[in-house]
Amino acid sequence: MAVFTRGFGGRRPDSERPVPPGQYLTDDFPVLSIGPTPNVDTSTWQLTIRTEEGAEHRWDWAALQALPAEDVTVDIHCVTRWSKQDTHWRGVPVDAFFADVETAAEYVVAHSFGGYTTNLPLDDLLDGRAWVVTEYEGEPLEPLHGGPVRLLVPHLYLWKSAKWLRALTLHLDDEPGFWEQNGYHLYGDPWSEQRYG
Amino acid sequence: MSSWHAAQVVRTEPLAASARVLTLAVPGFAGALAGQHVDVRLTAPDGYQAVRSYSLARVGRDEVVELAVDEVRGGEVSPYLVHEARPGDRMEVRGPLGGYFVWRPHDGGAVQLVAGGSGIVPLAAMARARAAAPTSDAPFRLLAAVRTPADAFFAKELDSTEGLTTTWLYSREAPPASTRPPGRLTLDDVTAHAFAPDVGARVYVCGPTGFVEAAAALLVDAGHDAARIRTERFGGV
Amino acid sequence: MDPAPLDGNSLAGPLAGLFATDVTLVTGRCAHCGDVSVLAACVVYRHPMGAVARCRACTAVLLVVVEHPAGTRVGMPGLAWWQGPAGSTRTGAVGD
Ligand SMILES: Cc1cc2nc3c(=O)[nH]c(=O)nc-3n(C[C@H](O)[C@H](O)[C@H](O)COP(=O)(O)OP(=O)(O)OC[C@H]3O[C@@H](n4cnc5c(N)ncnc54)[C@H](O)[C@@H]3O)c2cc1C
Repeated sequence: MAVFTRGFGGRRPDSERPVPPGQYLTDDFPVLSIGPTPNVDTSTWQLTIRTEEGAEHRWDWAALQALPAEDVTVDIHCVTRWSKQDTHWRGVPVDAFFADVETAAEYVVAHSFGGYTTNLPLDDLLDGRAWVVTEYEGEPLEPLHGGPVRLLVPHLYLWKSAKWLRALTLHLDDEPGFWEQNGYHLYGDPWSEQRYG
Repeated sequence: MSSWHAAQVVRTEPLAASARVLTLAVPGFAGALAGQHVDVRLTAPDGYQAVRSYSLARVGRDEVVELAVDEVRGGEVSPYLVHEARPGDRMEVRGPLGGYFVWRPHDGGAVQLVAGGSGIVPLAAMARARAAAPTSDAPFRLLAAVRTPADAFFAKELDSTEGLTTTWLYSREAPPASTRPPGRLTLDDVTAHAFAPDVGARVYVCGPTGFVEAAAALLVDAGHDAARIRTERFGGV
Repeated sequence: MDPAPLDGNSLAGPLAGLFATDVTLVTGRCAHCGDVSVLAACVVYRHPMGAVARCRACTAVLLVVVEHPAGTRVGMPGLAWWQGPAGSTRTGAVGD
C-alpha cells in the first residue's frame, strides 16, 4: 500500500536515455558521507598496491602525474537511487598500476583515508573499465567528492568507487568491505539491481 | 512506534519569513514527549522516496502531528513542505522518536534552552509542555539565535509563555531598539542571559550542526557541566 | 566545508524497526578509546545507505544501521559492550 505525495517530485530532470532499473536522474552531485572529510595533502599522498604475498608497489603524487592520464565521460549510478549522466573525469586507467604487479589473486579491497573499504573483483578494475581519477568537470577533484584521488568504476554502483583512495590490496578470497559487511551486495551491478546482499 | 503511519495534511499556516507550520492527521500516532521528532517520508508519483526528520512543535494531542519547517534553499524536501504541500496531501510518518532529547513535566529543576534558527521547534514544544503542566514550577530560560526579527518562530507566544524567559539574539539584522549589534552567539551572550552554571540547569541545545557545536562549546567555556548538556543537531554543511 | 553530522537521537527512527524499546537510551563503551556514553549522544552521519554512528571522543565507528529490505541490520564494529537503562534488568530498581 503506497502513500503517494501529490506535488512532490524531488529535484529530478526527466530521463531521455535508459537508466538502470529503480534509478532516478539528477543534475546535482549529492555529497554523501560516513564521517568527517579526510584532509589529504598531495605532498604526502601515496597509493600502495599490496599483493597477497605482501609485495608492495607505491606511487606518490609525482609518480601519479607521470602516468598517462585520459579524459573519461561516463554515467554514474548511486545505490541510493540517483544516476547522473555524462560526467567528465580525468585519470589514469587502473591497468597502468598493475603493469608490474605479479599476482594470482582475483579480488581487490580498495582502502580510503578515513578507514572506508570496498571490495571488487580484480578483472573489474582492468581492461580500461576503471580509473584512478584526480579531476572532475575540468577541476581538481574536491575533497568532498573524494579528492585529491578517488577510484572510478562507473559500471558498478558508486559505493565501489572509493573516495580518498590510499591503497588497493589483493586477496585470494572476496573480502567484504564497509557497506558489503553491512548488507550491501558483494558485486553491485546497477543494471541487474544488485543493491543488497 | 516502529512502523510508518499514513498522514494527511489538515492545515498549513505561515510562521516566519521562510517557514510554516504544518498540521498532519496521523491515525495511530500517540504518546509523544516534548523534544521528540518524527521521520517524514514522501513518495513521488513515480515511486521516488525521500525521508527527513522533523521535530514535534507541540505535544499532548494524540493522532495529530504539528511540524514547523524552515526552507533550506535548494533542498529536496523542505521547499516542498513550505511552499507546495496543502490540505489533503498525503505522506507517511514514523514516530514519535527519541527518548533522550526530551523534557518530561515531572523532571524537576531549572531548564536552559538554546536554539539556533529552526532548532527552536523542539524547545518550543518543551516550553509549551511546561506551560501546560500546572504542577511544574521549573524555571525555563530560552536563548534563541535567529537571523532577523522576521525569522523568529512563535515570537509572540514565547515572549509571554508562563514560567519562561526568552532572549532573542539576532545574527544579521536586529530590531531598531536593540542595543546588541547583530552577530553570532558569544560567551558574553551566554553569561548575560543563560542561567549561571551553579544553578545546575539541564541544558538543551538545538539547531544546525555548526550552531549546536559552537553553542555547546560556549556553554562549557561558561562553566556548564558538559554532562548536563543535551544536543540535537539538525544537519547542514 | 565538512559534511555535518547529527546526534545519536536521530538513530531512533532507523532503529525503531528492530527493538521494542528506545535503543538510543542504552549506554555503550567504545572498543577503541573506552569512552562511555548513551547512544543518543554519539555523532551520527546519516548516509542514505545507512546511518553511521561514531564515538564522540575518538570518532571510531561504533555502529552501522542499514534499513535493509529484509529487515533492519545493525553492524557493531566498535562497541565493547551495551548496557540498558537503569530499571531495565531483573534485579534493577524501579526507574523511569
Ligand atoms: C532530529 C532532527 C529534527 C529536525 N527538526 C527540524 C524541524 O523541526 N524543522 C526544520 O525545519 N528542520 C528540522 N530538521 C532538519 C530537516 O530534517 C532537514 O534536514 C531540512 O529540512 C533540510 O531538508 P531538505 O530535504 O530540504 O534539504 P536537503 O536536500 O537534504 O539538503 C540540501 C542542502 O542543504 C543542507 N542542509 C540540510 N539540512 C540543513 C539544515 N538544517 N540547515 C542548513 N543546511 C542544511 C544540506 O547539507 C545540503 O547541502 C531536523 C533534523 C533532525 C536530524
